[in-house]
Amino acid sequence: MPTIKVPPVLRPQTDGEAEVQVDGGTVGEALRELADRHPATKDQLFSPEGDLNRYVNVYLNDEDVRVMNGLDTSAAEADTVVILPAMAGGAGRFSRI
Amino acid sequence: MASTETLDDIKARVKQVTPAETRAALESGDAVVIDTRDAVNREDARIEGDHYAPAGQGASEAHSEEFAERVEQAAGDRGRPVILYCGAGNRSAVAADVLTKDHGFKDVASMSGGLTLWEIQGLPVVTPEGMSAEQRNRYSRHTLLPEVGVEGQLKMLNAKVLLIGAGGLGAPAALYLAAAGIGRLGLVDDDEVDESNLQRQVIHNTERVGQPKTESARQTIEALNPDVEVVEHRTRLDATNVIDIIRDYDVIVDGADNFPTRYLLNDASVRLRKPVVSASILAFDGQISTFVPFEGPCYRCLYPTPPPAELAPSCGAAGVLGVMAGVMGLLQANEVIKLVMGIGEPLIGRLLLYDSLGTRFTELKVRRDPECPICGPGAQEIPESEMGKFPDYELFCAG
Repeated sequence: MPTIKVPPVLRPQTDGEAEVQVDGGTVGEALRELADRHPATKDQLFSPEGDLNRYVNVYLNDEDVRVMNGLDTSAAEADTVVILPAMAGGAGRFSRI
Repeated sequence: MASTETLDDIKARVKQVTPAETRAALESGDAVVIDTRDAVNREDARIEGDHYAPAGQGASEAHSEEFAERVEQAAGDRGRPVILYCGAGNRSAVAADVLTKDHGFKDVASMSGGLTLWEIQGLPVVTPEGMSAEQRNRYSRHTLLPEVGVEGQLKMLNAKVLLIGAGGLGAPAALYLAAAGIGRLGLVDDDEVDESNLQRQVIHNTERVGQPKTESARQTIEALNPDVEVVEHRTRLDATNVIDIIRDYDVIVDGADNFPTRYLLNDASVRLRKPVVSASILAFDGQISTFVPFEGPCYRCLYPTPPPAELAPSCGAAGVLGVMAGVMGLLQANEVIKLVMGIGEPLIGRLLLYDSLGTRFTELKVRRDPECPICGPGAQEIPESEMGKFPDYELFCAG
């Protein structure tokens, strides 16, 4: 059962859970399981076509899955899948987003 | 040295002279003065007109004929008056004893209190070019480190570092870079100090509320370390000024509060081949990496596309633990210092994540993206005439 590490910014959508254990044999399956369990994460993670959104970085342990097999990368029991969005902080007065 | 003998026994037996007597003998030519310390100490400060013969740890080398020969060479012969000195007067005493007992020297003295007492009594020392006596004292805890030394400290004193933002990350980074003696610190920020900043932007204080942040930062830095020149850039970085501003600096600290600036800075820094130490914080989390153009990935390799607003709230919206600014800002300062001195292993190709609630560090690998439009092999070569022209990163991020 690989573990998915949920970044703080997504935790409201996972009922506050920071780590979620899933069955999934691949990274893609693991993330889809997360999205099924917590539907609010689906749009954050996946595009309407079902691909991983480009602005979401996903790591298997410490390696970006993009340099491996993308969503088809195997995720074994002892593996950790890390979801990583970018951060820019700021006091909020000038955030242009 | 007999095992039952103490240092005090030796010192009682050996001829001792004061620093003032040593100076007088040196000036009149009545004695040859010899430094017995390790080479690394010699680089720091020494007595002008001295000679050099290291006596080794605890004067262990003093027993060797090699040491005796070096002293003899400096003195002319073993009958001439010699005064040995070291840091505190211990090693030189033991060495003087050995030279007298075992090597046939007739007139060897040890300077009591060593160079430490010499300096306390205000006698002059020779320091390497570039550092005054005050600087030697100020940075002594740095120069004591073998990996730093006087050479490393001089590199810091001659370095020019630019900080994008004098806020959450810029504040602690600037403070510690100033303390370290980075010779020039540029600060880019057009904001004013607000009371809500003081929970984490510790370079400012209550009296400075309302003041421009760069001015407030400059005041704190000048009081902390007069060696540091602060250059205020009271503006926001944009496509029209980024090249001109970053051009004169060696390393850039990215503490920007928005994505368009980060992407713009990345583009410009890769064009000018400036290393960027980039960090970000939110709530209880922080990220940091060091981008050295073409040596490792760039910001765009790591984040090819900016996230939508709901995935990247500001601290003003979501909050941030004050100490996070300190932890990550200081990690940035640490990276800068390593880059400036060329020591250690900077976070090139490594993204360090810190979770302050669990007090856990996680390290992820970052690779150069072969398709990166900024630093990839297929990236456009920018001719000098186009250096100042950039894509619209506001639009890119609004996308």
